[in-house]
Amino acid sequence: MKIIAKEVIADCPGAKIVKLVLASAQISQKAQAGQFVVVMVDEKGERIPLTIVDADSQANTITLIFQVVGLTTKLLGALDVGDTLYALVGPLGQATKIKKYGEIILVGGGVGIAEIYPVAKGLKAAGNKVTVILGARTKEALILEKELKSLADKIYLLTDDGSSGEQGFTTVVLEKLLKKDKHDLVYAVGPIPMMKKVSELGLASKIKTIVSLNALMVDATGMCGCCRVRVNGEVKFSCVDGPEFLADQVDWEELEKRNSMYRVKEKHICKLKF
Amino acid sequence: MRELVADKRTEGFNEVVSGYLEQEALSEAGRCIQCKNPTCILGCPVKIDIKKFILQITKKDYPGAYSTIRQTNNFPSICGRVCPAEYQCRRSCVLNKGKLAYCSPEAVNIHFLERFIGDYGMQNNLEVPMQPDGRFSEVKMAVVGSGPAGLCCAGELARKGVKVTVFEGLQSCGGVLRYGIPGFRLPREVLDYEINCLTKLGVKFITNTIAGKVVLLEELFQQGFNRIFLGLGAGVPSFLGIKGENLCNVYSANEFLTRVNLMSAYKFPEYHTPVNIGKHVLVIGGGNTAMDAARCALRLQKMSSIEPHVTVVYRRTLTEMPARRLEIQHAQEEGIKFKFLTQPKEFDSDDQGFVRQLNCLICELQDADESGRRKPVVLQGSDFSIPCDLAIIAVGLGANQVLTGATPGLKTDKYKDIIINSATMETSIKHVFAGGDIAGGEGTVIEALGMAKKAAISILQNS
Repeated sequence: MKIIAKEVIADCPGAKIVKLVLASAQISQKAQAGQFVVVMVDEKGERIPLTIVDADSQANTITLIFQVVGLTTKLLGALDVGDTLYALVGPLGQATKIKKYGEIILVGGGVGIAEIYPVAKGLKAAGNKVTVILGARTKEALILEKELKSLADKIYLLTDDGSSGEQGFTTVVLEKLLKKDKHDLVYAVGPIPMMKKVSELGLASKIKTIVSLNALMVDATGMCGCCRVRVNGEVKFSCVDGPEFLADQVDWEELEKRNSMYRVKEKHICKLKF
Repeated sequence: MRELVADKRTEGFNEVVSGYLEQEALSEAGRCIQCKNPTCILGCPVKIDIKKFILQITKKDYPGAYSTIRQTNNFPSICGRVCPAEYQCRRSCVLNKGKLAYCSPEAVNIHFLERFIGDYGMQNNLEVPMQPDGRFSEVKMAVVGSGPAGLCCAGELARKGVKVTVFEGLQSCGGVLRYGIPGFRLPREVLDYEINCLTKLGVKFITNTIAGKVVLLEELFQQGFNRIFLGLGAGVPSFLGIKGENLCNVYSANEFLTRVNLMSAYKFPEYHTPVNIGKHVLVIGGGNTAMDAARCALRLQKMSSIEPHVTVVYRRTLTEMPARRLEIQHAQEEGIKFKFLTQPKEFDSDDQGFVRQLNCLICELQDADESGRRKPVVLQGSDFSIPCDLAIIAVGLGANQVLTGATPGLKTDKYKDIIINSATMETSIKHVFAGGDIAGGEGTVIEALGMAKKAAISILQNS
């Protein structure tokens, strides 16, 4: 639970992204791509889920990358090397099915890039041909570019302002690639509108498309149902049944609404404490 | 019994029932007629020697009474507060005049006397009787889950000198006693005291550790544990399966209570976990969880300067409600309304995706079936709606499969509860035992204690 290393990997207007390396022998031994942890910054803190971006079972550490958006991520981002989290629980959720699919496209938007990294790594190691499409607001917010470049067979970079790679959306590139060549799997993590669009494109091309959802959670062990999402008409819990689901089966509208349920309270507490 | 007046109670989360003064306890204990064949004991899932401890109270031998209760019940201060005594020991008290599922007021208030003694022990820091037994020094016990069953099993074994380690998934121990039961029924200091008693007996608690994820049962054996007890609880909230159930501000009771109790959302923003509250809160269900959720919601309304308006919606009537009678009475006193014979049909939403109203149907009760329960039947065409900007669904729980799903060889039934040998509480895996809700569906705290105790005895007998 102790912070071993900290790096602010992006700090530009609208995107402060922090990387923390935490000591946890147990979690580092067990973590698999696609899984997450729950952290509490202090005794009075919230429980928030964060994807395990990397796990080093030799060094007994795990790596988390998060964007500073609300109070809890602000507090987490304010911690320093040597500080200890109040609680760290994991690994949670179902792991990604790592196997040979063939040709894969991974789409990462914003801090979602951090979440596709361990999956891309696993799928590449399993012998897949991996194409990565990364999108961010601006050059500086385009995180893990170097790491993903070194493992991907092909990489496409996009920014909203054109400061790096091409200007535009990841989904435009995805659409082109899907039209041009045959692929076996699409995997996407990013803002809901992006994942929703990826889902539509995957469905149109009849390609299996997996997304990792970012539903709100409390206990994250299946106990409370806060993270419930409608998948193929059935109620599923993101924490224990997910976080990955088949994209075209997800009720995006419902997820988007549920995720904004505490917007008023979040604004209020951020104003009070910062 | 002295209580806070309803208006004062709902201003916060202070305990409602004050507990007996000595004179009150003596007078209540004096009502016990010390039956030759004390049937009350048969009604107690852990068979507390009720007759004896009440007699000890009449003789003002409170330490003796404490020791008597502790022989069979590790948590008198907890059980004295949360036991549905009117369905158990008090119902089989010979002074009970009623014939209902719960006792009449004449029955001796055994639970209040138990609480009096438990609190006496707590206030005077009385020692928990240890009975160390060298035969058990080789037993290395892992308990999974720190709810009522896990705590009880840990306590029973630790008193015999067994080395016990408890693994808890959440950040603090107590299970449903912590995240489910609100502080106004069970103050946190009482829970902390009882858990601390176990620490003093040598029990080691490891929090933030989810068995089935970070550690598997076979790994616990590899780590040197030679007996395991699973007190996983009934973890997964059931929903109604109706339209609109995933709208914003529709909560499971588990989520609502976890936010309020475990995460202290009622102290937002001092504590950072939010919980929403509405002007028209509906709670669906008729059990203790529904009462807890309704009473928490009403307190949150008052604390947010909202005119209290909480309605419990239940398919049957007051008589059939499974909740403790005292909780129902308290809920009524606090201003909670009840809408009986009402079956939810669907939730409607506003433009933002928040719940706006509940559409319902009226029910009629059939005659009692073989199980003795009267089944509600919907009257077709009886549709009506109730305004609702926050709903809490408290219609029961199912088994959590995080551990059972990750443990091949651990047999479960069609409800995904763990199958146990009811004589030994052993599961399909040798040396792995189970008790509480995961081994028998939803029960009460004291039933979980009864099962855990049985498991502990069986663990000792086979060690």
